[in-house]
Parts: sequence; structure tokens; C-alpha cells
Amino acid sequence: MSAESPLRTAPDPARVPAPAGRGPASGREAVLAAATDGGGAGAGTPAEAVRGRAARAGARRLLWALPPVALLAVFFLYPLVLVGRQSLQPDTGGTSLRPYADVFASAGFREALWTTVWLAPAATAGCLVLGFLLALVIAFVPFPGAKAVARFVDVFLSFPSFLVTLALLFVYGQVGMANGLWTDLTGAAEGPFRFLTTPWGVLLAEITYFTPFVMRPLLAAFAQLDTAQLEAASSLGARAPRIVRRIILPEALPALAAGGSLVLVLCLNEFGIVLFTGAKGVTTLPMLIYSKAILESDYPGACVVAVVNVLLSVGLYGLYRVVSRRAGA
Amino acid sequence: MLVHSRKAKWAVWVLFLVLFVPLFALPLLVVLGASLATHWSGVLPSGPTIDHYRAATRGEALQALTTSLLTALAASLLALAVGTWAALAAAALKKSHRRVMDALFVLPVAVPSVVVGLSVLVAFSQPPLLLNGTRWIVILAHTVLVTAFAHQSVSAAIVRLDPAYEQAAASLGAGPARVLWRVRLPLLLPSLTAAAGLCFALSMGELSATMMLYPPDWTPLPVLIHAATDRGALFAGSAVAVVLMAATLLVLFAVSRVRTRASYR
Repeated sequence: MSAESPLRTAPDPARVPAPAGRGPASGREAVLAAATDGGGAGAGTPAEAVRGRAARAGARRLLWALPPVALLAVFFLYPLVLVGRQSLQPDTGGTSLRPYADVFASAGFREALWTTVWLAPAATAGCLVLGFLLALVIAFVPFPGAKAVARFVDVFLSFPSFLVTLALLFVYGQVGMANGLWTDLTGAAEGPFRFLTTPWGVLLAEITYFTPFVMRPLLAAFAQLDTAQLEAASSLGARAPRIVRRIILPEALPALAAGGSLVLVLCLNEFGIVLFTGAKGVTTLPMLIYSKAILESDYPGACVVAVVNVLLSVGLYGLYRVVSRRAGA
Repeated sequence: MLVHSRKAKWAVWVLFLVLFVPLFALPLLVVLGASLATHWSGVLPSGPTIDHYRAATRGEALQALTTSLLTALAASLLALAVGTWAALAAAALKKSHRRVMDALFVLPVAVPSVVVGLSVLVAFSQPPLLLNGTRWIVILAHTVLVTAFAHQSVSAAIVRLDPAYEQAAASLGAGPARVLWRVRLPLLLPSLTAAAGLCFALSMGELSATMMLYPPDWTPLPVLIHAATDRGALFAGSAVAVVLMAATLLVLFAVSRVRTRASYR
């Protein structure tokens, strides 16, 4: 939306559109424009001078956006382009699609691709449901210590993800807590819990680790929600499920969409949890990139997997954002 | 305020505890317990000791802690500056330009951190900018990774800003710079501190890109923890992990002191 649109469309100063995210300059111009226009004094203003001023302001704003974009281009986009280039340069020299053919033909790659692709949505769904329920309780059924729990959720983000797997080793590992409890209770020689080295162990760790990423934006959104709405609905006889569905959920949708898309991509890209699981049966794409680049020094191969992984996560993330925008989130 | 009867409240709280404790509190407690133990073969750990903490607060581990703190501090300050600048600049742009810019700055979230590590390694192991083997490559990668998070949370806060304040200030004659400094930034302060905390925490726990990049003389804590647990020293690794958590918690606490108004309910 350009700065000149209020000039053309604003007949009533009270209804001057005030779109969120206006720059200081445009906000000021909107107010001035509304004041002159609404006062009926705008008729004498030469339209061309106004348009010229708006164009200059637009150019200035673009100029202000340039430095951060330039930094991003040098330190992020340019390296990515180099990865794309390296993926087309096999160690034997020249430029060819051979690295792609080699990687796509390997069974290890296809298995890693499949594991990555089903684990991420499953973990995301779990995180969304769990995160919404927990954030709801913290924000709207507060108990003594609810603030401490919210702070605790923040700390969880600082947890290196593979530490969740480490903790799960002590809980569900071969000689961990759960199996220890089982052998103590039943007298059996071994406990029944041995899912940690399977994809299910990775799934549990990912849901545990990423749920706070959903809760955090949700709690922020809930903190801005006007509680008068809830009180009003409640005093008019709405029960809790209805209030959640009709008032809280619509308010929470942007946060849910943001958190959900973030978690989906972070799960696609998760490395620490899988690295630490150390199971031969569970290899995801990021794990494959690491082992090809650092352990095997196969840079073209690693770059090929990297390109595939980037296309997958960026594509899914873009799709998710478009869909959630369509859904009105 | 959502559930009014006493009984229903208790039911909700019990459900909360049943979900929360095993999933979130237990892992932390388990790591804490393991860091103070030498064996774990039953329900509870055994062989209490504080030797792991002695090792975790000196020598190699202490150096790793300093490394992590410095890296996270540098990365989150840089990311906050660039991310906030980008968010403010994008907010002033036309809608189509703003979309492009938002998409650009969201990209580092969508790109796997392992790939960011790989790409930085590929790009800065060759001229014109040779950073491989220095600490700067680690700081650079962390900055790239957390800038996206800073930008996202700041621009989300800008969208929620009530434009009435800045319009009032502007209509009273305040210039754009003054409006930015005296109205918008103070209104954004809670989100800025929250973003700084998030960036710091993420950088402290960053492993994937760091594993691809770290030089021997710049080993952050997560790498050290991984090295310890990888060679089977699970209990010593847990102690270092507790140190990492404590350090992060302290910094987050200090950051939240700066936070003025916005609070969780």
C-alpha cells in the first residue's frame, strides 16, 4: 500500500486506513493527508507535486531496506548459491549431473528421504495439539506457579535438542528409569521399552523438544488478548469449550500457523536429536549431509543432499505459509 | 477466568500436570539427577557425586562456556540489530516489496542449519573472504541462523502495534526519527527483549551448524557435551549440560529484567 492511496481514497478522516506496519514517514503523511483532505482544503493541492513527493519517499524507504538485504545476500544467499554450484561439480572435475545420479541411486538416500518426510508432519501435529492445550491452561486457567512454568518453557528452547535424547536415554533406555521400574515390579530380567533407537524415539524427542516453539508464540498472543471479551462471553452464558472455539482459537490462529510452520521446518531440518540417537536405522537428510561432508569428505554428494533438503523444507514452508494465509490466519 | 468451578479447575490442572511433568519436567530432572550420579540401573540414579561439576566448571569446560557465551552474545546482538532494521524497513515498504523482504528474511529458518553450516563452510573456505578455522565463521553462522528469528518476532510485533500512537506523535510535529526513537521502539521494547532472549538461547544451544564449522580453539558447550556423551561419558556430559542450562537461565533472567510491561499471564 503506497502513501498516496489515502489521498485518493480517504473521504473521511476517521476512516483513514491505518494498516499495521506503517513506516513513521507514511504514518505521518497519512495523518497530514487526512487532515488536509478531510478539512476540504486539499482541493487546491497540486496532485503532481504530491505524487512526486510520494515517489521520492518510496525510493527513500527502499534505500533504507537495502543494508540488511545486502548483508543477507553476502552471508547467506551467496553461500547457498555456492552449494548449488558445488553440487554440479563432481570430484573428477568438470560440470555434470553425475553427483545427482549417484545420490539418487543410493538406497541410503531414499530411506533418509522417506524417514524425514513422514517424521516431520507427525511431530508437528503432536506439537500443535499439545502446545495449544498447555498454553491454554497456562494463560487462562492460571495456577500458582504458572508464570514459572512459562519461564520454564523458555528455558526449554535453550536446551540443545540432542539433550532431550540424552534425557530419554536415562528414562526409556536399556537400563533407564522405566525399564528399571518394570524389572523391579515384575522381576523380569529386561524391561519392555526399546523404542529409543527406532523412529518412534526420534518422534517422541521431537515432540518434546519442539512443543515449546508452539507454546511461545501462543502465550505471547494470549497475553495480548483482551480478557474483557472472555468475561463478557462467560457472563452471557458461554461455556469454556465455546469460548475457546469462538474467541481464543481465532485469536490464536496466526500464532498456531506461525508456530506450526516453524516446527514443521525445524523437524525436517532437525539434526541433534538424530545424531544423538545414534541408531543406524534412523537417518534423516540433515544427518546424511553431515556424514557425507564431515565423515566422508564427499562435498559434491553432501551438496546434492543439501539442495534436496533445502528444496523440500523451503517448498513445504512456502506452501504452508500460503495455505495459512488463505485460511485467514 | 475460563473455568470457574473449583472442581473443573482442579481437573484441568491435573490434566496439565499429567501431560507436562513426564514430557517436559522429567527430562530436565533426569539430566539433573544424572549429573549428580555415577550409575543409573534402577528407578533412581545411584552413586551420588559432585565430581562431574568440578570437571564441568574448569579447564576445557570453562573455556567452552566462555566461548558459548561470547558467541551467543555477539550473534544475538548482531541478529537483533539486523533483524529489527529489516523489520522496520520492510514495514514501511509497499506490500509487494514487503512480501519479498519478509520471504528473504524467513529463508534462514526454512533452510536446515546443517546446510547453513555447509554453505558457510564452502563459501568462506575460499577467497575473497577466508574465515574457515577462525572463531568468526562460527559467530557468522550463528548470526545468520538467529537473524531470521529476530526478524520474525520483531515484525510480528510491528504488525500488532497500534498506529494511533505514532500518528498522534507525527501529527503533533514529531519527525520520523523522533517517532521511531520515542514511540515505536519503546512500544516494541518487550518484543525486542523477547527476541534477544530467543536469539541468545538458540545460539547457546546451536549444534548442527557448529558441528560443521568449529575450529579446535573455539569449541562451544553443545559440541563439548556431544563429545563427552559420544565417548560414553553420559554423566559428565549431563553435568556440562546443567552448566549450559544454568548459564542460559541466568542470562535470560537478566534480559527479562529489561522487559518492562508485557508479561505472560
